[in-house]
Amino acid sequence: MSYQWNWGIFTAPAASGDGTYLGWMLDGLQVTIALSLSAWVIALALGSLMGVLRTVPGKWLSGIAATYVEVFRNIPLLVQLFIWYFVLPEVLPFGLGERFKQDLDPLTQQFVSAMLCLAFFTSARVCEQVRSGINALPRGQKNAGLALGFTLPQTYRHVLLPMAFRLVVPPLTSEFLNIFKNSAVCSTIGLLELAAQGRQLVDYTAQPYESFIAVTVLYLLINVVVMTLMRVVENKTRVPGYLGGK
Amino acid sequence: MYEFDWSSIPGALPFLWEGMKVSLEITLTAVVFGIVWGTALAMMRLSSVKPLAFFAASYVNLFRAIPLVMVLLWFFLIVPQLLKSFLSLDPNTDVRLTSAMVGFALFESAYYSEIIRAGIQSVPKGQVAAASALGMSYAQAMRLVVLPQAFRNMVPLLLTQAIVLFQDTSLVYVSALADFFGAAYKVGDRDGRLVELLLFAGAVYFAICFAASQLVRRYQKKLNAHVAH
Repeated sequence: MSYQWNWGIFTAPAASGDGTYLGWMLDGLQVTIALSLSAWVIALALGSLMGVLRTVPGKWLSGIAATYVEVFRNIPLLVQLFIWYFVLPEVLPFGLGERFKQDLDPLTQQFVSAMLCLAFFTSARVCEQVRSGINALPRGQKNAGLALGFTLPQTYRHVLLPMAFRLVVPPLTSEFLNIFKNSAVCSTIGLLELAAQGRQLVDYTAQPYESFIAVTVLYLLINVVVMTLMRVVENKTRVPGYLGGK
Repeated sequence: MYEFDWSSIPGALPFLWEGMKVSLEITLTAVVFGIVWGTALAMMRLSSVKPLAFFAASYVNLFRAIPLVMVLLWFFLIVPQLLKSFLSLDPNTDVRLTSAMVGFALFESAYYSEIIRAGIQSVPKGQVAAASALGMSYAQAMRLVVLPQAFRNMVPLLLTQAIVLFQDTSLVYVSALADFFGAAYKVGDRDGRLVELLLFAGAVYFAICFAASQLVRRYQKKLNAHVAH
């Protein structure tokens, strides 16, 4: 094999006219981070709500939440993404789909679809973690809350959830890492995030190894940064007396 | 309002079935290879030989930190070149399926190795001590005492991982290989019926994965009841 290594390629002016190929990669990195963080915020809110619903008394609410989880867990992420991006704008009622297609520019459409897809996909996993956190608490906690005269929502708000969230920080960390990795799937709808920029770099520079190595290293970097940050959070929120606690 | 038209699906079923066979083929190879290589990795990681443990830990952490899409892109780029230069294949041979299988197998073995490592560690230490007291070597203790118990506890997790893997095989889309999802997309694109074909693909994946996960759940319950007695 006679491969010509050329690491200088990243500082070469890019074909788009402005900036360098390194600039392309950093643009992609920005999109990956913005996409993952915004999807994570929604996933956390939605997943917590569903997780709570799964544990409340009454078959209806917990049944809805359980169905929600099964749907988002048993369809591949790629298929979900294509449904968000290609199917929903077509079938949404009241002209919502039309407005989505006409009023938003294509880049925003891709970003919004990708964000909602990652958010709902991840929220099903967050839901399961939150549920297991609530279920891991001794039953007496809920009864004590009710006995003190709290309503059920108050018991959740002041007694159960503060503890449950602290218990599930470690598994949520790994879901948080997953959302960054899963965001690479969004390159398939043409969203120019990190992996897509990598592929584009291969096409424009004809230096596949340098491009992929650089992109891979950036993903590793994201991983290391997130793990370091989350370790701080885990240390702060650890519950004394529990496994892994102080 | 969108007018649904499902008429292109019945005629496309044989083509979709061919795609499903590719998906299942990739899943099966990756599961078998992933468990074998994953077991080897797990044992290396738990071994007292430092270089082996270091290699296994690096391998697992590396693959778990990279998105599967990136791993697949790497494999579609590199494996064809390697295969062609080593086996001196015709440059036009289609090695995408082999690349996909190798990529999935090496990627998934990192995840399998973590499941198997936890399984091995869940076997009480006394079992190893008892085995060596009976005069068994380390290899014998592993093969006859530890691994059989570890695997019995792990079966549900290994199967769940297989379901995840089956879903992930749809990502071979990045290489334009016609697995089930790729086939559905192609038909939808050809007939201008992408909406129907994507919904159909989603429903099929859901039916298969939901049924499989329910079976795993039932098996897990049986296993728990068995262990409790």
